[in-house]
Amino acid sequence: MSAIDPDDLQQHRSYLLRYAILQLRDPHLAEDAVQETLIAAIEGRSKFTAQSSLRTWLVGILKHKILDMLRKRAREPQLNVAEGEDENELVDALFKENGRWASPPQTWNEPEQAMENAHFWEVFEQCNRHMPLNSARAFMMREFMEMTTDEICQELSISTTNCWVILHRARLALRECLDLNWFGNAR
Amino acid sequence: MSHLMDCKHNTELLSQSQDRPLTWRERMAMRMHLMMCKGCRNFEKQLAIIRKAAQELTRKL
Ligand SMILES: [Zn+2]
Repeated sequence: MSAIDPDDLQQHRSYLLRYAILQLRDPHLAEDAVQETLIAAIEGRSKFTAQSSLRTWLVGILKHKILDMLRKRAREPQLNVAEGEDENELVDALFKENGRWASPPQTWNEPEQAMENAHFWEVFEQCNRHMPLNSARAFMMREFMEMTTDEICQELSISTTNCWVILHRARLALRECLDLNWFGNAR
Repeated sequence: MSHLMDCKHNTELLSQSQDRPLTWRERMAMRMHLMMCKGCRNFEKQLAIIRKAAQELTRKL
């Protein structure tokens, strides 16, 4: 007897879908990833043990599906050649010629309170979506999928140094976006 | 020492400290800079907030 009821799986569907959209940035692909995940879950339900929560187990399967899709997409012709330039532009705009901040970061007030606020999470998701694609992809792998930089390098076929640079740009971009759209408003 | 007052370089170190262990020399340079630079101290705190928020988000979805 399986411990999983297909109805239980459906309950987690919207969570899985949002998780996948965040990573893949494409609702159709995300839908496919979730569908495949649920099918794999039903087929493999005997492997589910109550030791982990059902959601954790499903997210584990979904991560593999997302990685598969990212791999497939990476083999397709790249459209984002110009992105590197955009990202450099951001860094150039943030610092002066001598390396000092053009406009030094100000204190962010009450971050704990922000995380209790539903509107903050909308802004945070928006900011993640607006990151340049390469940055976003690496950042998601690092912070949401909790992969190591070595794993990310392999996945994206880039050097470790390049990986650090991309992650750093992602954090700079996200910081700017949150500062502009949330924390700065409180000042 | 040439990097001492370089915020751009220092933010790279702060960011990389989330991805790899920094060398002793890098850590010293970073600490020296942070003592003198409020902007980078704020940036350091904000990196921690961003990481926490990212982890929180996967629970919140
Ligand atoms: Zn500084």
